[in-house]
Amino acid sequence: MSRTVFMQGNQACAEAAIVAGVRFFAGYPITPSTEIAEILARRLPQIGGKFIQMEDEIAGMGAICGASLAGVKALTATSGPGFSLKQELIGYASMTEIPMVIVNVQRLGPSTGKPTAPAQGDVMQARWGSHGDRGVIALYPSTVRETFDITIQAINFSEKFRTPVILLLDEVIGHMREKIVLPAVESIKLVERKKPTVPPDEFLAYKPDEDGIPPMPAFGDGYRFHVTGLAHDETGFPSGSAEITNALIQRLHTKIENHKEEITLYQEYFMEDAEMAIVAYGVTYRSAIAAVKQARKKGLKVGIVKLITIWPFADEVINKIAKQVKVVFVPEMNYGQLVNEVERVAAGQAKVISLPKVDGNLFTPQEILSALEEEVNRRG
Amino acid sequence: MDKHAEKFLRTDHLAHIWCPGCGNGTVLGAIVRAIGKMELDQDKTAIVSGIGCSSRASGYMDFNTVHTAHGRALTFATGIKLARPELNVLVLSGDGDATAIGGNHFIHAARRNINLTMIIFNNGIYGMTGGQYSPLTPTGSIASTAPYGHMERPFDVAQLAVAAGATYVARGTAYHATLLTDVISKGIEHNGFSVIDVITQCPISFGRKNKMGEGYKMMEWQRDNAVMVSAAAKMTQEQLAGKFQIGVLHHSEAPEYIAEYEKIIARAQGGQSK
Repeated sequence: MSRTVFMQGNQACAEAAIVAGVRFFAGYPITPSTEIAEILARRLPQIGGKFIQMEDEIAGMGAICGASLAGVKALTATSGPGFSLKQELIGYASMTEIPMVIVNVQRLGPSTGKPTAPAQGDVMQARWGSHGDRGVIALYPSTVRETFDITIQAINFSEKFRTPVILLLDEVIGHMREKIVLPAVESIKLVERKKPTVPPDEFLAYKPDEDGIPPMPAFGDGYRFHVTGLAHDETGFPSGSAEITNALIQRLHTKIENHKEEITLYQEYFMEDAEMAIVAYGVTYRSAIAAVKQARKKGLKVGIVKLITIWPFADEVINKIAKQVKVVFVPEMNYGQLVNEVERVAAGQAKVISLPKVDGNLFTPQEILSALEEEVNRRG
Repeated sequence: MDKHAEKFLRTDHLAHIWCPGCGNGTVLGAIVRAIGKMELDQDKTAIVSGIGCSSRASGYMDFNTVHTAHGRALTFATGIKLARPELNVLVLSGDGDATAIGGNHFIHAARRNINLTMIIFNNGIYGMTGGQYSPLTPTGSIASTAPYGHMERPFDVAQLAVAAGATYVARGTAYHATLLTDVISKGIEHNGFSVIDVITQCPISFGRKNKMGEGYKMMEWQRDNAVMVSAAAKMTQEQLAGKFQIGVLHHSEAPEYIAEYEKIIARAQGGQSK
């Protein structure tokens, strides 16, 4: 049965994690993500799960790596400074293909910045924060209701693709309470990691199936395997071979790129006849859609694309709109990050206008509307 | 080959990477003999290591093995043990891995008294990177980053473990291999956080610079400077000067983390929020 609730984004995230089967949380307190830890500290033991507050952010990452290797769905939550500290082990989890979700309830940075002010400054860090090359999945909801669904989606993707998934939340979404209708638990589709179908003596821990993803037994299941952050071959043991190294690093990308259509979540509104478009994500989408509705009342043919999947970047979606419209606006609560991806894909097919904002406040719809009108006036 | 080595090592992944004269192989031998003595089920045992020469040992061991990131072995081990308490979890770490980059995790694992067995391969140096000083390098030693002699004081890692709350702390050496097997097996048996500090030799990155001779010479140094805890009790401070004690240094009982968390689960499911 569906149920109507009044909750924060952080609460929706924690509740969704439980619905999705997360039974392990390890983390470190940090504003504005702490409610996720607090809720799970209370809820997880009620259902036989485990919660541990670790000595630092890095330890939180290490513990969820361990729990996931032991076969338990695991999640951690943090914010900017903690997200920076977690980067090394996020890379480790990518390299060793350990499923987990890292929630980053973003705050304004750099450094300690403004701990309770919203910002979208970690969009590129989610992609490139850890050293080396690897594919990344990062999702970004824009409402409390969507936070519930997208948290489940993040956990499902992490299990399916054996990769750490970054869930980016806005401080405002994390802390805002909204009245929402949660779906019936029975209607929610859950994904579990693939288990090996061969007996232990035939099992190769990092031999991918045709989909590029190796099955993953849990420690204790009788498949004794080795996990290392060193470049490794299909057996999981270190290899110095250039050919094997290349195949591994390629696969860490292609196992995500080859499923991009499934992973790319987005919505578009008012695009049918649009001559201008806004590309927005997270809470900025909510200011932008209000601006679009006001612009439509004034007769401006403007549409909007809401990106939920930030990484891998929605090249096909952006390419399609760049072919259709004359101008693409990218409002972001950062100095202009994802706009560079939009420009890369638009490649001159449409003019791309960056609307950056780094003062720790939300966009007002009027700010975005003014930018639209200014461009219309310029074009005459 | 020793029957325990044959059973518990991934012999197809040998020879190991360690230098001639290195003590790590001897320590690994003692670990697998201790595992054999304790009759641990290979499928139900996880070996978690950090980064460094000694941490490569996990790859040679036929268990559920994780070669983690530098200093982080205890954090992974904590997650494994908490998620799946029926697993026996051993942690292998070097002195730099355990007490420098992993120092925070070390004291907190000890404070929690979580049932892990940590074996520190203590050669007093960063061997893999070529001989830089670690927090356990003796004052006055020559290291590649202490070319004029090391000015810092080392931790007494055993005292550190006890002060932080570890409930079983022992020390062994590569020379006293039988004793080492014994203190490791007692650590596995102990229900709580166990630390075994193992003095081992790095002839290439420590011995050469400090004119200690080849590996066997460094093992003679271990023999000549180690004093059994029982013998030390009868010796004067003067007689003990410059020596180090081996055997079980500390053994106590305290609430163990996993068992305590089970009580939390019972309390949460009983509907009490206290």
